[in-house]
Amino acid sequence: MRFLLNLSFRYKVPLWGSLLIVATATIISSTLLLRSYGELKSDLLRDATTQGRTMATTLFPAMLQDQVWRAYEIIKAPFGREPGDSPGQAESFVVLDQRGQVYVSTSPESLPMLADFRQLSPEYAVLAGTIAQPGRESSVLEPDGSDHLFVATPIREEQAHLGTLVQIYSKKVLQSRFQKSARQAALIALLVIVLLLPLGWYWGQRTAVPLVRLTERMEELGRRLPDDLAPELYDYQDELGRLYRAYNRTLQDLREKAQIEGQMIHSERLAAIGRLTAGIAHEVNNPLVGMLTALNTLRHHDALSPRTLKTLTLLERGLMQIKDTVGALLVEAKVKSRDLSPQDLDDVRTLIEPQAREQGVHLRWNSQLTAPLSLPSSSVRQVLINLLLNAVHASRPGGEISVAITIADATLSMVVVNGGQILTERQTAHLFEPFANADERGHGLGLWVCYQIARQLGGDIAVESEIHDGLGRTSFKVTLPVEAPQ
Amino acid sequence: MIAERMLDMHSWSKPSNAIMSAGTQAEISRMYLTRRTFLGTCAALAMTPPRPAFAAKALRVGMTPAFLHTQYGLLANWREYMATKLERPVEIVQRDSYRETMDLLRLEQLDFAWICSYPYVYLRKLLRLVAVPLYLSQPFYRAYLIVSLKNRHIKNLSQLRGKVFAYADPYSLTGHLVPRYQLRKMGEDPEKFFSKTFFTYSHNKLIEAVAAGLAQGASVDGYVWDSLNALKPDITRHTFPVSQSREFGFPPFVARLGVAEGDFAAVQNMLIAMRQNQQGNSLLQHLNLNGFIHGVPSLYDEVAEMMRAFGEG
Repeated sequence: MRFLLNLSFRYKVPLWGSLLIVATATIISSTLLLRSYGELKSDLLRDATTQGRTMATTLFPAMLQDQVWRAYEIIKAPFGREPGDSPGQAESFVVLDQRGQVYVSTSPESLPMLADFRQLSPEYAVLAGTIAQPGRESSVLEPDGSDHLFVATPIREEQAHLGTLVQIYSKKVLQSRFQKSARQAALIALLVIVLLLPLGWYWGQRTAVPLVRLTERMEELGRRLPDDLAPELYDYQDELGRLYRAYNRTLQDLREKAQIEGQMIHSERLAAIGRLTAGIAHEVNNPLVGMLTALNTLRHHDALSPRTLKTLTLLERGLMQIKDTVGALLVEAKVKSRDLSPQDLDDVRTLIEPQAREQGVHLRWNSQLTAPLSLPSSSVRQVLINLLLNAVHASRPGGEISVAITIADATLSMVVVNGGQILTERQTAHLFEPFANADERGHGLGLWVCYQIARQLGGDIAVESEIHDGLGRTSFKVTLPVEAPQ
Repeated sequence: MIAERMLDMHSWSKPSNAIMSAGTQAEISRMYLTRRTFLGTCAALAMTPPRPAFAAKALRVGMTPAFLHTQYGLLANWREYMATKLERPVEIVQRDSYRETMDLLRLEQLDFAWICSYPYVYLRKLLRLVAVPLYLSQPFYRAYLIVSLKNRHIKNLSQLRGKVFAYADPYSLTGHLVPRYQLRKMGEDPEKFFSKTFFTYSHNKLIEAVAAGLAQGASVDGYVWDSLNALKPDITRHTFPVSQSREFGFPPFVARLGVAEGDFAAVQNMLIAMRQNQQGNSLLQHLNLNGFIHGVPSLYDEVAEMMRAFGEG
């Protein structure tokens, strides 16, 4: 039983449905059959009683005048000439006289004339006792355990009671007729079941399969975010349909939440890296300046051997390289600088164009900036130069770089788009980290610097890199809030 | 010859092959065409309404012999034949019991009648013998003692003591008087010998009663049994003739005394001429008879003898 209850809905729903169909068909058929048996019997008995009364009326004068043959003809009339051709499955009719002797019967072989009815069979003895009670009306008798039904009709007129007509019916014939109709009913029920079962099975599957899919998705939920459920799988307004929509909504919420969480972690990591880098840079920068100063002092105050001088130069070059690197890490966006003017952007263009040409890349420039903005010009220029240099490097010969600089809602937006190879997922994840994308062309601090500047200026930098119409398209968008010009 | 028969009357002789030889049976089969055709014709003619009686002219003919009783088609044909030959309307009158036909004769409601030998002798003083049929070329017939197949072990009347016995009609010779006379001769009281007796009022039904087992035995008109056996053996085959009586004068065609001499002669000639006429011969074949002869009342003397034994006649 437990096994059955543990079955998948995929099997359980159709199974229960089928069971229900079979049970219903069986119950209805049995009820109808029982009713038809009752009706069959009551019809038979009603007909028999009517027939009995009619015969009893005509039997009275025949018995009165002792016309045995006439009486025989009366009771024999309903029987056909052929054996088995009898009215309502009557086995035989018998007329008993007042003493309970057979006056005449349709089966003289088994119920011979003058025979004592009580002696013929124990069943008849019981019957005769019942019939003998005075003043009886026409009645149906069904002795317990008997194979026969009896209809007894008194033959009397006014006060003269001449005898009793007993119609004997075999229950077996009734039963065999019942069995015949039972077989027919069973056949019809079977037909109904055969027609309904596939329907039930289909309906069960229709309900179960969406449930099964939903369950599979829900079980995945702990491990990863599963896919959406195709709405066409169950596009109805009932509870299951609502469950579907609720599930899809929840999934959508979960995805958004996960995305926000990912972004937060990313920016927190970048911020931590920024703080760490700045801290280290400061710590390195301070003694570095002292060391450089000491070197310089040493070079000017003492007469140094060429060998020492060469070593000093080597040390100085090394320290200068450290200074450059640390300097690059020490992004200071808000250094005092003049406001950004359209000229600054033109300068950047002038600076980059020769390199682009050298690479065979076309530069499309579109700037809406017409008046100075209260943004530090050197920082903005550095951001734009870094982005453009990256774009030139990433582009293939014959490619195009487009630059769009717009101002809207007190925000300066600079979008640099280039073709060529798109960024890998791994590149995107660590794009704005220092040294993350170091290669032969540099230590990969350019984007890190851009990011630091944008954040320090209260803005943001976003990247989109995707295959669009079969072509790679990478776009960096920097947004910077602008204060009213001072 | 009569004396011989008188001697025979005291005992039932064993049925000889003479009841019906195989050759005769074949003949009869041919005569009757097929049973189906015959019954069909009967049914069709039974629908024909009797011709309205012309009060003065119509001849009223009563019919009692049981063999004819149910063959309405045959009767209709015969009536037609008689009307044509006599050139006047003929009305056939059938009654359920011999008694009623006898009453009609007594009341002069009938002019002619084909009646059983017993009623003829009973009403002899009121009747004139018109003609006697020839059965198996003789004006005689016999009574058969029949039992149901189940009682084939019974060989004679005495073995039927205490059984249920069926009679044809109170005024039937073979179906009532013969067995009772037989018992009387055996020194038995016919009223007490059987446990129960009843009348069926026709020989056909008598055979049916024995066939069904309602009665264990019956005495039946041998002519009826043989004819039915040839025509409708489905009933007779359930009965078994165990013995037969001696011969008696065949049921005659009679006229009441008051019938005009011209009518009497016309009817008599018509009947006797039937065997010479093709149509008449065909009717006779269907009746399983050979023809009619003049006959003499003394043919029925034995019947009178038997009746006297019961204080009748």
